[in-house]
Amino acid sequence: MRNAFAKEWLKFALENPKMILITGDLGYGVLDEIASVVPDQYINAGIAEQSMMSMAAGLASEGYRPFVYSIANFPTIRCLEQIRNDVCYMKNSVTIVSVGAGLGYGNLGYSHHAIEDISIMRSLPNLDIYSPADSEEVNLAIAEIIVTDTPSYLRLGKGGEPKLHSISISSIAMPVEIESGIDGFVAFTGGVGARVLDAIEIIKANGLRPSVFSVPKLTNESIEYLVNKARGSFLVTVEEHSLQGGFGSWVLEANADSRANIVIKRMGLGQAGIEQLGTQSYLLDKKGLSAESIAQSFFEVQSSFQ
Amino acid sequence: MAVIYAEIKKPKDVVIISKGHAAAASYAVLAHVGVIPLKILKTFGANGSTLGGHITHTGNEGIRLSTGSLGHGLPYAIGIAIAQKRRGKGERTFVVISDGECDEGTTWESALLAQQFKLSNLIVVIDRNRIQSLAGTEETMALEPLKDKWFAFNWAVREIDGHNHEELLSVSNITTQPLVVIANTTKGKGVSFMEGKVLWHYRPPSESELESAIHEIEVANK
Repeated sequence: MRNAFAKEWLKFALENPKMILITGDLGYGVLDEIASVVPDQYINAGIAEQSMMSMAAGLASEGYRPFVYSIANFPTIRCLEQIRNDVCYMKNSVTIVSVGAGLGYGNLGYSHHAIEDISIMRSLPNLDIYSPADSEEVNLAIAEIIVTDTPSYLRLGKGGEPKLHSISISSIAMPVEIESGIDGFVAFTGGVGARVLDAIEIIKANGLRPSVFSVPKLTNESIEYLVNKARGSFLVTVEEHSLQGGFGSWVLEANADSRANIVIKRMGLGQAGIEQLGTQSYLLDKKGLSAESIAQSFFEVQSSFQ
Repeated sequence: MAVIYAEIKKPKDVVIISKGHAAAASYAVLAHVGVIPLKILKTFGANGSTLGGHITHTGNEGIRLSTGSLGHGLPYAIGIAIAQKRRGKGERTFVVISDGECDEGTTWESALLAQQFKLSNLIVVIDRNRIQSLAGTEETMALEPLKDKWFAFNWAVREIDGHNHEELLSVSNITTQPLVVIANTTKGKGVSFMEGKVLWHYRPPSESELESAIHEIEVANK
């Protein structure tokens, strides 16, 4: 996903000199092409995330379109107040790009995990959150971001996510239906989507056919859209994020607010945090997000629903 | 601030008051130079006013940045100064920070960033009144030798009497580096019972205190 981002970003940047990529001294091997093809649109701000974010806001206030790139928690929680005061409240068109969503950097320890970011970022005013699941969704996210002035947060997986959509999609503003079915709903956000689709294969092998949605843009409107689709049915939400305040929580709130009467089962990472080390895949299995456990949870909620 | 806004600032220059707690003084200056309407000064601190205890841009067009949380104005100004430099039209950015603000990590991150980008169009003025929120700066988190610190960060440094307008006006930057002006000031200058006292960081004067303060200043300026 990060390579897709760099490639697509460069494509737009070649036509828009106001786009600037600011990195917090990260992106080895990913940003090299940007740095060499458009050197005037590339700034390495060193290891100073807070000042980097305020600086990006200052540039945006002068008509530039900065994308602040770093990994995991560094461009989000590390500089949260700068995002809140200088980007969001000031309505400066900054895009925060975080690579390694969830457990993308599993082996590097919890300092490099990003599992609370959606929850925290969604409490900020004037901020659009994009959580694409594959490179196609990344490209559409960039295309949408650069035509809006709203500050945005782009949450990217580290890399290697398979292509999820069999039919090419044209917009990610609202949840994208991947499979249409009759046995309840499954919805996910971000790179965990590949596991969800594996789970769907298991579910289908057991004779059930749920509708499946990818939710690449997280806004009140997109969550309400999903909730309206699943009204009166049951829904399993899956995210590579803490269950406190993330995608699933957002769906619960919308379900209650709109009295949609959906039976919801949330799957994600517990509040306990991730103290083990291991690959993303190892940790996700360990934390109950294997395709088998997702399918199992689906069966449980499906049988209790009837 | 009066000198920067009324005398030094050219039309395209940008001024950021990073010490947002100096809102009352800033608003008085901004009203006199026409950035905010003079008549709204009277609403200061009232419910529903756009003018409160910290500088806020909402509803006050012309104020470049809301401040109040320290350490935001300088890095924000770096972004502006980079944009100005790229335009190459000689525009400058002035940032007023407090000395207590030099406790913030972002002040020193920014000191590194600005010299890296050789922002000779960035001028930082430190209000060196030697008082921070609870006590003196030197007894809280010593800043001295402050001048040497900025030198060591590769900045051009000037130290002046912050109450002397001529000294402030004479400051110019002939280097390729950013400039910091350490303006030595006395908090509550000219009012005997306020000078150098932490209490007046918090307390508004009563009617009679206000009268005697104005009287003292007027007598001194005769």
